[in-house]
Amino acid sequence: MKKLLSLLVAFLVIGGLTACSSGSGEKVAETIKIGVNLELTGDVSVYGIPERNAFEQATAEINAAGGIDGKLVELVIYDNAYDQAKAVQNTEKLIEDGVVAILGSATSGMTLAIAPLAKDNGLVVFTPSGTNSAVTMDGTNVNPWAFRACFIDPFQGQVLANFASGDLGAKNAVVMVNSGSEYSKELARIFTEQFTANGGKVVETASYADADTDYKASLTSIATKSFEVLFVADYAKNAGLIIGQARSTAGLETVNIIGPDGFEDPALNDLAGGAQNVSNVFFSTHFSTLSNDQQVADFVKSHAAFTLEKYGKAEVPSALTALAYDAAYMLFKAIDNADSTDPAAIRDALEALEAFDGVTGDISFDKFHNAVKPAFLIELNNGVPVNATIVNP
Amino acid sequence: MLEFLNQIINGLSLGSIYALVALGYTMVYGIIRLINFAHGEIYMFGAFAGMLAITVLRLPFFLALIFAMVVSALLGVVIERVAYKPLRKSTKTAALITAIGISFLLQNVTAMVMGNNTSAFPQVFDQKVYDLGGIRINSLQILIFGVTIVLMFLLQFIVLKTKLGRAMRAVAVDKDASVLMGVNVDNTITITFAIGSALAAAAGVLIGLYHIRVVFWMGTAPGLKAFVAAVFGGIGSIPGAMIGGFAIGLMEALVAGYGGTMWSPYRDAVVYLLLIIVLLVKPSGLLGKNVKEKV
Repeated sequence: MKKLLSLLVAFLVIGGLTACSSGSGEKVAETIKIGVNLELTGDVSVYGIPERNAFEQATAEINAAGGIDGKLVELVIYDNAYDQAKAVQNTEKLIEDGVVAILGSATSGMTLAIAPLAKDNGLVVFTPSGTNSAVTMDGTNVNPWAFRACFIDPFQGQVLANFASGDLGAKNAVVMVNSGSEYSKELARIFTEQFTANGGKVVETASYADADTDYKASLTSIATKSFEVLFVADYAKNAGLIIGQARSTAGLETVNIIGPDGFEDPALNDLAGGAQNVSNVFFSTHFSTLSNDQQVADFVKSHAAFTLEKYGKAEVPSALTALAYDAAYMLFKAIDNADSTDPAAIRDALEALEAFDGVTGDISFDKFHNAVKPAFLIELNNGVPVNATIVNP
Repeated sequence: MLEFLNQIINGLSLGSIYALVALGYTMVYGIIRLINFAHGEIYMFGAFAGMLAITVLRLPFFLALIFAMVVSALLGVVIERVAYKPLRKSTKTAALITAIGISFLLQNVTAMVMGNNTSAFPQVFDQKVYDLGGIRINSLQILIFGVTIVLMFLLQFIVLKTKLGRAMRAVAVDKDASVLMGVNVDNTITITFAIGSALAAAAGVLIGLYHIRVVFWMGTAPGLKAFVAAVFGGIGSIPGAMIGGFAIGLMEALVAGYGGTMWSPYRDAVVYLLLIIVLLVKPSGLLGKNVKEKV
């Protein structure tokens, strides 16, 4: 056993050394080094690769414009292969490389693994897309060094309430909540608070259990109420069934149904009994290229041009791409505002950023370093996204 | 009042499903005193068979329903011959544990073959809503109720009017005596399993259509509720299972519809609470005969 262990250690050391020597170690005086720790291979490389592309695009753009305070930005990119041990190893290497902050990772799991290390070494770790509420936390307090560019799940309740009372002009709403899901209960709670604050009234809150498949009784009871919008706070697994069964319940055939990003699932139409049942359905998400916002349109174009030139294939930006692009620019802005490359100064400047004008909307941080920003409300017509509206918190 | 009537319709649709499954429990129990806990899985198997018949074999709905019933009846027969028949002389506990084992086996094999995700059941009918002076009935609810009633009449006819039915009733009353009267007990038991399984499969196909989805664990909760329905009606009694099924369905719909945020999520708990009350107050169930077991 001991022999095996020492063999393993030797192996790891050798592996670490070779990886190190292949990383960019040379010192260039007038560059700002920013570390990137992403899932570039492995199961979730589909998350990591678009984020890397976005980081590289943002870096190329800022360098073309003369860099930050006259210094060029240099990315030091390591692949964590969706492996926590590797993510930690990468972070140690990035610290040795002398980076001023770390962008990544794409997933909550990897970010959670590296956040404590970044904190201990006084280095910002900025995830574009880790939505787990624990990512920016250190126990019950905020981790001062961890930030995210995306909103966390329950926050969508607020945006959805604004969308319901504003864009849909609803005065009365019914909320359906999965009593076995924290995601659902939090969303419902925040939606109800905000909708009431907007002057609306939640006329009924109907609960169901996670494993329920028959919602007819609840829906029949809901149909007797007078209301304009039905908020289904759940994932597609249950929401799809609810949409399908609502459409065959008298009185609910065409009522507006809204929901969180849990609706964004290829199975939604099938679960609802076919795409024809999925009209007048809206859900919130981080980003959509359907938006007619000029900044979004410009980003779609510039990203396609950048990826075509660099990788030979024009990519359409996903939510991850857009969030990563915003994260990179927020960090640049923080370094610029700090007038320093001292990690602590960068941290303070990042925390102080307010209403940063990004492609996913105006971004600020709340006291737990979660992004406070608009969401994109996607409208589904016959199961197909047809429209995206930007809704402010 | 109208909402109440609408909830009654919801309850009857769901109750039809429970009643069909409960019939299988009660018939098998009546004839060999075995609580066939794999019965919920036959219901699940039937739903998958119906789905595949529609999507892969491209059968029209009613042929797919019959196909699912036949295939599931065969599965029921195989299970009876392979798993239960060799244990007929063993203790009841051995047979009960085997039934639970079969239940897990069927679930896991289905998860392995069909995947453990939810699949969408193809929607073969355009759903229409009929408005009868405020009472609104969905075409699928009519279909479920109609198919259930037809199957129940068919079952009553078989049990009461045919030679096979007489044999089934005879074996249920006294197995040894019916052997002496020239009844082929083994075949009668097998046919009972086939009929019970076919009814469960029909319920599975109908629920697949109604809830738009099938998944490998879908038989567990309805199986248990149908068992409660069978006990409520008096296990061993065919009319009891029908009444029990409808009663459970109605109760669920009413709790979900009127329970408010407080009780609605616990509609299943209410059903199980009912089981406990029935067992305490009238252990033989609504229509059950209180037969003293000879020790």
